[in-house]
Amino acid sequence: MKIVVASGKGGTGKTMVSVNLAWAVSQSQETHLIDCDAEEPNVHLFYPGGKDEGPVTVKVPEVDSEKCTLCGACGEFCRYGAISVLTESVMFQAHLCHSCGGCMLSCPVDAITEVPRRIGMITRGEPTPTLTVISGILDEGEIAAPAVIKAAKEAGEWDGVSVLDGPPGTACPVIETMEGADVCILVTESTPSGLADLRRAARLTEAFGIPAGVVINRSDNEDSSTLAFCAEEGLPVLLTIPFDREIAAIQNRGAILCSEKEEWIEAFTQLYEDTVAIAGGIL
Amino acid sequence: MKICITSKGDSPESVPENRFGRTPFFVVYNDETGEIIEVINNTSANDASGVGPKVVQMLVSKGVNVVVTGQVGGNANKGLEVAGIPTYAFGEAKTVAEAYAAYKAGTLTRIV
Repeated sequence: MKIVVASGKGGTGKTMVSVNLAWAVSQSQETHLIDCDAEEPNVHLFYPGGKDEGPVTVKVPEVDSEKCTLCGACGEFCRYGAISVLTESVMFQAHLCHSCGGCMLSCPVDAITEVPRRIGMITRGEPTPTLTVISGILDEGEIAAPAVIKAAKEAGEWDGVSVLDGPPGTACPVIETMEGADVCILVTESTPSGLADLRRAARLTEAFGIPAGVVINRSDNEDSSTLAFCAEEGLPVLLTIPFDREIAAIQNRGAILCSEKEEWIEAFTQLYEDTVAIAGGIL
Repeated sequence: MKICITSKGDSPESVPENRFGRTPFFVVYNDETGEIIEVINNTSANDASGVGPKVVQMLVSKGVNVVVTGQVGGNANKGLEVAGIPTYAFGEAKTVAEAYAAYKAGTLTRIV
């Protein structure tokens, strides 16, 4: 069971929902919590102490200048301008490369081979005997978040329950996170931007055919626009978390709401059960 | 030597183009005769990304020795530097012909 927590809008509380959901599930069964927000991973703030599981690399070209005839074929092929054949040398700009391998295929004299280049890393921790936390961390200045997310998902791959803390937005990193998901929890807040971005995220889950439900976070009880949208789209509202100073304070010191406030254990356990029901087409 | 000037149009009376990689045309002069020997239609101008280095490779393949333009982005800058193509800003020049004359007079500022 792969549960992706996404939102569209940033800062709605994806990580808060992810860590509490994983915490609640891990009370009764082994659980994997995978931080797929590779550009701004935050799960480690709640579960520090993850160990380095090694680098994430992408393949980039290396040109053998002895074999290269400066014919220009690789540069003409590369639509990203990453490899350019200049007066006396071939110039490679790693930050433009999409690791497609086309330059290697287009080289008529086999002067190009692929070599790994580090863009990030994976960490793994086991904060409790039933909870494994895996984080995908993109190096600063790198762009290929999906490659790191893919590696994090592979590192956490198993047959049990995985909670994937997704990135904000609706572009490649989220799409990579959602790939293969059984169900999606969309965390929103009842603000105009929260709703606008929920709309986009909901369109994404619909496009992928992933069943989804909504969690309203920081609710001030004025959620009518969000509730109307959810009703219209047939998105069940699974949980509403109030705008509450105490909850914020618990979050801010890196604590888990469920472990501090017993009443939330039941709420997040119910969230898991309802999420499983959505995945099975029941709710 | 081949002197290449980024241009909004295809004639010496055209307005020089401020952008390097996304310029519509390159007007190429032979500085021994002072004549225009080629006008290159920039087929990369509307590409999504990596335009600068692609254009540098194209100019290298055409044997261009000097570039006169407005501004050069980071990726193109590196390409021009590695290719060893001195690049100048056309400054106040109002036409391609004026930019060429200013280059020949040695009054342009070198930017790469």
